[in-house]
Amino acid sequence: MAQSTGGEVLAERASHSRWVQFKSTMEAWGFMAPAGVLVLIFFFIPVIILFVLSLTDLSSSNFSEPLTFVGLENYFRMFSDRFFPKILGNTLFYVIVTLTLFNVGMALVLALLTTHINRKAGFFFRLMWLLPRITPSVVYILMWQRIAQQPPFGIINQFLEPFGLAGPYWLRVYPWLFVILVNGFVGASFGMILFSSAIEAIPKDYITAAKVDGASEWQIIRDITIPMIRWPLLFVTTYQTLSLLTSFEFILLLTEGGPGLFTTEVWALTAYKRALKTYFGHNQWGYGAAWGVILVIIGIGAAIVYLRVFRFGELVQEPKIDVL
Amino acid sequence: MASTTFETGTTSGIRRFFGQAIPYILLTISIMPVVIGYAWLIIATFSYRTEGLLPIDAEGNVGGFTLRNWSFLSNPAIWRVTINSFMIAMAMVIGVGFISSLAAYALSRMNFSGRKGFLSLTLLLHAFPSVTLLIAIFFVLNSISKIPVLGTRIGYNTIGGVALVMVALELPLGIWLMKGFFDNLSWDMERAALIDGASRFRVWWEIIIPQIKPGLAALAIFTFLSGWSAFLIPFTFTVGTKVANLPVFMRQMISDTAPTNWNAIAALGLFQLIPVMIFFIFTQEMLLSIYSGGSKGGM
Repeated sequence: MAQSTGGEVLAERASHSRWVQFKSTMEAWGFMAPAGVLVLIFFFIPVIILFVLSLTDLSSSNFSEPLTFVGLENYFRMFSDRFFPKILGNTLFYVIVTLTLFNVGMALVLALLTTHINRKAGFFFRLMWLLPRITPSVVYILMWQRIAQQPPFGIINQFLEPFGLAGPYWLRVYPWLFVILVNGFVGASFGMILFSSAIEAIPKDYITAAKVDGASEWQIIRDITIPMIRWPLLFVTTYQTLSLLTSFEFILLLTEGGPGLFTTEVWALTAYKRALKTYFGHNQWGYGAAWGVILVIIGIGAAIVYLRVFRFGELVQEPKIDVL
Repeated sequence: MASTTFETGTTSGIRRFFGQAIPYILLTISIMPVVIGYAWLIIATFSYRTEGLLPIDAEGNVGGFTLRNWSFLSNPAIWRVTINSFMIAMAMVIGVGFISSLAAYALSRMNFSGRKGFLSLTLLLHAFPSVTLLIAIFFVLNSISKIPVLGTRIGYNTIGGVALVMVALELPLGIWLMKGFFDNLSWDMERAALIDGASRFRVWWEIIIPQIKPGLAALAIFTFLSGWSAFLIPFTFTVGTKVANLPVFMRQMISDTAPTNWNAIAALGLFQLIPVMIFFIFTQEMLLSIYSGGSKGGM
C-alpha cells in the first residue's frame, strides 16, 4: 500500500512540477518574445535572404520578373571580376595596416602612456582619444577633409606654407594614408580602454618587486606588463580584425572607394555599393549579395571563435530562483 | 612603509624631467588631429570663410566673428530633419532599453529550457557584424512596407522603419549589458516578492528595474548617441530629404554639384554635436566604460 501511495504521490508531484516548469518556461519566453521576434526578423531571416539572393541574378533591371536562380554564377563572376584582385588586396592591406598601426599598436602605446602618468591626466588623454568614436561620422569626416584640403583652405597646407611645402588636396594624393588615419583614430580607442583597465589591474606587487630589483621602466613593460595582458591583447586583435573587415562607413564617406577606379575600395564597400548604391540606379542585388555572403560566413566563423576561444560563455551564472 | 614609490632611477635633474615629460609630449601630439579638427569646426562656424584655421571675414581680412552661418535655424527643413533624428534616437532608447531589459532579466534570473542556448546566441549575435546584412534587410523592410496600415509607418523609407532596424541591430549589445547588471543584483527582495505571490512581470517592473537605474542610464545614453549620430542605416534605407535624419541631410548638402558653403556645413555639424558634447562633458566615466563594451559593426 505504501509503495503505490508513494508512487501515486510521486507521479502527482511529477506532473505538478512538469506543469509548473512548463508555466515558467512560457513565462520566460514571454519576456524573451519581443527580442526574439526582432532578432528573427533582422538577423536570421536576412542571413537566409542573403544566401538565397546570392544564388539569383536579381537586379534593378529584372526586379518585376519572377526570381531566376543562377546557381553559383555570381560567385564565379566575383572571382573573375577584373577588380577582384585589387579589392581583395586593398582589403587585406587596409585591415593589416590599420590593425597593427592603430587598433592594436596605437591602442597599446596609448594604454601604456596613459597608465604611467598622473591618473587624472591619463583619464583626460583617454577621453580625448574617445572623441573620434563618439563624433557623428559625417562631422568627423568633414574635419579630416578640411585638414587635408588644398590651399588656402587646408590646415596641413597652412602649416606647410611657411616652409614652401604646401601641396594639393592631400586626400587625392595619399588616399590610403587618410583612410588608415581616419579609421585608426576611431579604432584605437577600443583597445586603449581595454588595455588600460587590464594594465591597471596588474597587482602592484609585481611592479614594486621589479623596481626593488632595479628593473628599468622599459624592462618592466616588456617583461611584466605586456605578458600579463596577453588575453586582452589577443581578444582585441581578433575582435578588431573582424571589425575592420566588415566596416566601411568611413571609407564610404571619405573616398567612396576612389579616387579613380577602386583605389581604396574594400570588400565590404563593394558588396554594399553593388547591391544598394550603384550610381545610375542599377542595383545588382544578386551579385552584391555574393560578395556579402563571404563576409557573413567570416562573421559567423569569427563569432563562434569568440564564443569558444575567449570563453564568452563563462558569463553564464545559474539563476538562484528556480521553479517555485 | 610611508610611501610606495621607489626612487631607484640613476638619472637626475634635467634628464629625469625630460624622461617624465616625454609621455605628456607624445600624448599631446597624438591628440592634435582631433583638437585641430574640433578647433576648425568651431572657428568655421563663426566665420565668413576660413583659410586653414584662420577665420576670414567678408573683406578678406583675418578675423571677423559672424553668426550668419546659423541662419539655417530659420529653415524649416532643418527642424524637420532634427526632429527625425531625435525621434529615431528616442525610439532606440525606449525600444532597446525596454526590450533588452525584458530579455536580459529572463536570461539572468529565470530557468527555462534553452536558456544556455539563448545566452550563447546573444553573445554570437553581439560579436557578429550586423552591417553585413544591410543588403538583405532592404528586402525585409520592403516586405514590411506591404503590411496594411502598419507598413506605411515602419516600412522602407520611413522613420519608423529606420528606427526598427536600428533597435533590432542594437539588441544583442543591450541584452548583454543589461544581463551583466542583473547578475549583480541581490536576490532577497525578488525572492520575498515571489514567495508572496507576485507575478514575474510585476517583480521585474516594480522591484528589479528601479534597482538597475544606473545601468539603464548608461545604456540609454549610449543608445541615444548611437541613434542621434546614425548615418549608414538611415542613409541606406531612406531616399530624399523628407525622411532624412541630421547626418544624412548634412551628407546630402555636401554631395551637391553646386559649390558647398563649408562654413554653413560646419555650423550644421556643431549643431549636431550639441547633445554629444553635453553627454561628453557630464558623463565621462560612463562613456569610457560603455564604449569598450559596445562596438557594433563599426569600429
